[in-house]
Amino acid sequence: MDVDENKNPTRREFLSMVGAVGGAAVMYQAMGMMGLAQASPYSGPIKLDDAPAGTKVLVLGAGIAGMVAAMELRDAGYEVEVLEYRGVAGGRCWTLRAGDTYEELGGAVQKVDFAEGNYFNPGPWRVPYNHYGILDYCRRLDVELEALIQINNMAYVHSTKAFDGKPVRYREINSDFRGHISDLLSKVTNQGALDDVLSEEDKANLLAGLRTFGALNSDNQYVSGNAASGRRGYERPPGGGVDGAPIANEVLDVSTLLSSGLWSRLATSESLNSSMPIFQPKGGMDMIARAMAANLGDLVKYEKRVTQIRQDETGVTVVYEDMANDGAEVTTAADYAVCTIPFSILSQIDHDFSGPLSSVISTMSYNTSIKVGLEFNRRFWEEDEHIYGGTTYTDLPISQISYPSNDYLSKKPGVLLGAYSWGATAYQFSSMPPEERVSRALEYGSQIHPQMTEEFKAGVAVAWHRVPWTLGCYGAWQDKDAQYADGVAMDRRIVCAGEHLSYLPAWMEGAVLSSLDAIGRLHQAATGNAGN
Amino acid sequence: MRVMTILAASVWLLAGSAFAQDAAPTAEVDDSKAWFESSSVLTQKTGQGVYNAICASCHMPEGEGAVGAGAYPALANNEMLEFPDYAVYLIVHGSGAMPPLGGVLNDQQIADVVNYIRTHFGNDYPDEPATAEMVADTR
Repeated sequence: MDVDENKNPTRREFLSMVGAVGGAAVMYQAMGMMGLAQASPYSGPIKLDDAPAGTKVLVLGAGIAGMVAAMELRDAGYEVEVLEYRGVAGGRCWTLRAGDTYEELGGAVQKVDFAEGNYFNPGPWRVPYNHYGILDYCRRLDVELEALIQINNMAYVHSTKAFDGKPVRYREINSDFRGHISDLLSKVTNQGALDDVLSEEDKANLLAGLRTFGALNSDNQYVSGNAASGRRGYERPPGGGVDGAPIANEVLDVSTLLSSGLWSRLATSESLNSSMPIFQPKGGMDMIARAMAANLGDLVKYEKRVTQIRQDETGVTVVYEDMANDGAEVTTAADYAVCTIPFSILSQIDHDFSGPLSSVISTMSYNTSIKVGLEFNRRFWEEDEHIYGGTTYTDLPISQISYPSNDYLSKKPGVLLGAYSWGATAYQFSSMPPEERVSRALEYGSQIHPQMTEEFKAGVAVAWHRVPWTLGCYGAWQDKDAQYADGVAMDRRIVCAGEHLSYLPAWMEGAVLSSLDAIGRLHQAATGNAGN
Repeated sequence: MRVMTILAASVWLLAGSAFAQDAAPTAEVDDSKAWFESSSVLTQKTGQGVYNAICASCHMPEGEGAVGAGAYPALANNEMLEFPDYAVYLIVHGSGAMPPLGGVLNDQQIADVVNYIRTHFGNDYPDEPATAEMVADTR
C-alpha cells in the first residue's frame, strides 16, 4: 500500500535506509527465529462445534470473506444461503481473461482482446507466504500456486530526475548502496569512531561482515573490480574461449548514487507482505474464488441485489432484487447473518444496524487505485533485457511495471502490469476514459521500455472507484483506533466481515481472518441461544 | 487565484456573446498540462480542471453520476448545491463511499470546483460563491 513520494533524499531518509537494509534485515531474522515476525495469526482450520439443529445463516456477498464464512458454517451444520450481486463469485478476487467484457460505472465497456490464455488480475495479484489463512484454503481446495517474482535484480529502478531519466538495473543500485555503506562504515570503524560502543573483537567481526555484506576488497574498499562486479554485473561477463575473461564495470561514485534517490526503492520487498516467496494462482487470481464457489455449489445465489436488511430478537430478514428474474422483489429470512457487503455499498442499503455500527458504516470511505494490464506481441523484457518476472519501480505516474511470472520464454504475447497507482495519481487515471488510461500507461512505460510503442497489442484499465460492485478499492477508516471495536462487534444477529474489518486491509488474508473471527463469534452466539 | 478568476469573469462579461463559443472564462489558465504533475496532490488551477481530474472519476464527466450495487449521486440538476457549504463539507471530509479530498486539494481548488459544479451541469447557483476562506474554516 506504500505510496512513494517523488522527492530527493534527505539525510534522515538516507540513515533510515541504512537501518532498513542492514539493521532491519538482521532484526527480522532474529524476530523470525523467535517466532515474533509471523504476520498472520491463522492457526489452522476453524473448529466449530455442532450447529444447533435447523439454524440458518444468511451470507451477504460471495467474495473471499463471504465464501469462507459459508463453507465453514455449512461444514459446522448450519443451513447456509449466500446472496451475491454479480453473476460470478469472488468480489475483488477477480481476473480478466481473453474474451471477457467489463463494463465499468459510467458505461464504458472494455473487451479484453488478449491472446488465448492470457489474463490480468485487476485486484489482488499476490499471495504472500505468511498469509497462512488464504494459503490454507488454497491447499484445502487444490488451487495450484506458482511463485511470483516480486523482486528481480535485473528489473529497473527509475527516476525522471536521475541519470537523465534512464532506468538503472536494481542490481547496480542495490550492490552500490550496500557497498558504499559498508565502505563508509569500515572507514569510521577503523578511525575509532565506534570505539565507545564496540570492543576490538566486535570491530574485527563487523569489518569481516561488511566485507561480505558490501562486496568490499581486502582493504575494506568498495571499488570497481571483480568483487563488485560479481554483484552488480560486468562490462563483459565471464565467458568461454578466447575472450572468456571477464571485464569489470564501473561502480557509481557515492555522491551520484546518493543524489539519485533510487536507493529509496531498495526496501520495497523487505516488508512481510511483499517479500519472497510470494505466490500467484496459476491461470489467474480468481482461481481461488472459482474453487470456493465450486465448493459451495448452489448455496450461492447470483444476481441478487440486497435492498433491505432487518433484524429482531427472533431473526434476520433480507429483501433483495432478483436481477435474474426481472428484478422481482424477494424476501428471505434466517436466524443469523454474516454481512460482507463493502461499507461503500452497505451505507446505501436500507438497514437497521445499531447506532455505533451504523456510524462506522457511514463514515468508511473507499480508497482509489488504478491498474492497467498491457499485452505485447513479443516478450521484449525477456528477449531484449533479460528480465524474467519481478518489478520495475518508477516515479512516473504508472508507479511500477510488473513482468509476468509465468510462461517465461514463450513466443506468444505476454501481459504486463503496466500501471499500479494510488492517491492523487489514481484519481486522475480514474477520471479518464479507459482507452486514455491505457494510452497514458503506454506513453509513460515507453520511457522505460521504448519497445512498448511498437509491440503493443491490447490493454485493459481498471479504476477501482468505477468498479460497480465495490465503488472503491478498500475500506479507509475515519478513525480506526476509535471505531474498530464498533465495526467488528456482532450487532445482535448480524456480524460484518471483510478486508475492511481487519488490520490487513486490501489483502485477501484480511478478509479470511476477519471472516473466521466473525463466524466464531456468530457460532458462539448461536450455540448460546440454542434452545432459548 | 481568486483575483484571476474574478478578472477572467469580468473579461467574459465584457466580451459578450461574440466569444462565447471560443473562449472559456478561465482561458488564462491552461490545466491541460497539469495532469500527474505531483504524485501527492492535484495541481489543476481551475474549477473545471479540478472537476475533470478528480470529481469525474465517480460523478462522471457530465455530472450524471452512476449506479451499480451502490450509486454515485448525480451532481447535474442537484438542488443540494443551492448553497456552497454542503459541497465544501463533503469534499473536505467525505461521506459514505466518498473519500475526504482535503488532502489532495487545497482551499482554493475546492472553492473553485464547488463554484464550477454549482454553475454547470444544469445547476444555476452563481450567488454566494464558495471561497478559500470558507473551505479553510470547514477543515
